[in-house]
Amino acid sequence: MIVAERKPLNDIIQMVRPYKKLLIAACGTCVTVCIAGGEKEALELSSLLGLADGLEDTEIIVRTIQRQCDREFILESDEDIRAADAVISMGCGAGVQFIAELYPSKRIIPALNTKFIGVNRDVGYWTEMCQGCGNCLLDRTAGICPVSRCSKSIFNGPCGGSSGGRCEIDPDLECAWQLIYERLKVQDRLDTLTETIPPRDWSSNRDGGPRRVRKSSVSPEVGK
Amino acid sequence: MTDNMKASPVTHSDVSLEYTSGLEREFGSGKFVVTAEIGPPRSADASHVEKTACSLRGFVHAANVTDNQTAIVRMSSIAAAYIGQTCGVETVVQMTCRDRNRIAIQSDLLGAYALGLRNLLCLSGDHQSFGDHPQSKNVFDIDSIQLIRLAADMKNDGVFANGKKGKNMPKFFIGATINPFADPEELQLIRLRKKIEAGARFIQTQAVYDIDRFEKWMEKVRRLGIHKEAYIQAGILVNKSLRSIEMTRKVSGMCIPDSLIERMRKAENAQEEGVAIALELIGRLRRIEGLSGIHIMAVGWESIVPTIVREAGLMQ
Repeated sequence: MIVAERKPLNDIIQMVRPYKKLLIAACGTCVTVCIAGGEKEALELSSLLGLADGLEDTEIIVRTIQRQCDREFILESDEDIRAADAVISMGCGAGVQFIAELYPSKRIIPALNTKFIGVNRDVGYWTEMCQGCGNCLLDRTAGICPVSRCSKSIFNGPCGGSSGGRCEIDPDLECAWQLIYERLKVQDRLDTLTETIPPRDWSSNRDGGPRRVRKSSVSPEVGK
Repeated sequence: MTDNMKASPVTHSDVSLEYTSGLEREFGSGKFVVTAEIGPPRSADASHVEKTACSLRGFVHAANVTDNQTAIVRMSSIAAAYIGQTCGVETVVQMTCRDRNRIAIQSDLLGAYALGLRNLLCLSGDHQSFGDHPQSKNVFDIDSIQLIRLAADMKNDGVFANGKKGKNMPKFFIGATINPFADPEELQLIRLRKKIEAGARFIQTQAVYDIDRFEKWMEKVRRLGIHKEAYIQAGILVNKSLRSIEMTRKVSGMCIPDSLIERMRKAENAQEEGVAIALELIGRLRRIEGLSGIHIMAVGWESIVPTIVREAGLMQ
């Protein structure tokens, strides 16, 4: 899922200060699961803003949009969005932008910093697992992604900075290539490491420009 | 001085594409090769490079020129390597993958070769979080092994990274690095093999302090026949103080026995002790079968290199 984290309260206060009628839009999917932008967090933000200096007279309402990345769910809150001076989106970057696109004259304020695609490892703890690079090589690397989990995203690691299975940039960070080595060893596939992975084609990554996916079997644009 | 050093190698128009690496010839002749380092300045001052290069002239077969080492902005390694060669010291251009994509890398390789630079050491590069611009984006479009292959393909097949043929392509003498003390050893040896298969012809190791452990590593290298596929140079780091050796010990993947730290702690004259340790290590290293030379890293104490070379009886 997409993992996000709420911006510092003061940053949000600065952005909303000019407005008298605010809508806080929670999002019911990823950011609810990672306890950053769900209904509970939206209500909490509403309380905190209500206590902030200078916002005493601001009217704040909270609505949950089930998925801010789907138009029809956003439109369910159409009336409330139109009535607000500004909307604080608690969705990921995609949600913020989609609301902004549907309401181009409205100020849409992001309440979260979108961090990564990751997994939940412990209560309240998530780690990055995927960067959406568009050309998955996990089969060659024993199901451990060097693009997102190696600090240098190298394909023939580890680099010289790995020590005791830890990354040089942070002793709390596991070296992805140490993990790959250990798992390939368990699978008796160490010979995989003797093959040099050639330079990859980054055009499937964001380096090829903003990306689009069209599923031809269901896309109304087929044949155009 | 070697013949190569006497020949003033580099004025642009003079540089024949036929001119090849003097360092490669020294290795090929079976000499125990000595290289050192020139750390480019954090300024645009060429005289700093000239001074270091001139002090090394005649004492080393070549000098590496580091590429924004520890991710701190310094004069470009290619520019500094060129300045070094104008002082009569053959240089080894260090190139990392941290700051350039494959377009910039190839462009720089063409430029470096045009300037008469003939030796290339390929590295991943220290992560920018260690340096003076931790806010910067890193590149790592390709990694060090892919960089070795890219330079080797330019040299052997005359092709760019996209597979397209080019004219007058650079033919660098290509080197790589390895840390004999990094773990897991099995994986490190796999990587060394991959670097050589990709086209590395000389290998410089991380600084050696634990000579017993290094001797055992060289045994494995010989058993695998790696020393016959590439020239191996052991790294020697010269420390001038207790603080210096203690800081060195903190570097990731560095292995320094307690006994050497103690010697530096107890020494009446730490500089002399640092030199004595380096000389003892060099003495042991010279006796290791399959080792082709040493690479002296006297970071911040470049002026000691001639003393070490002279006292060790190298370059004779």
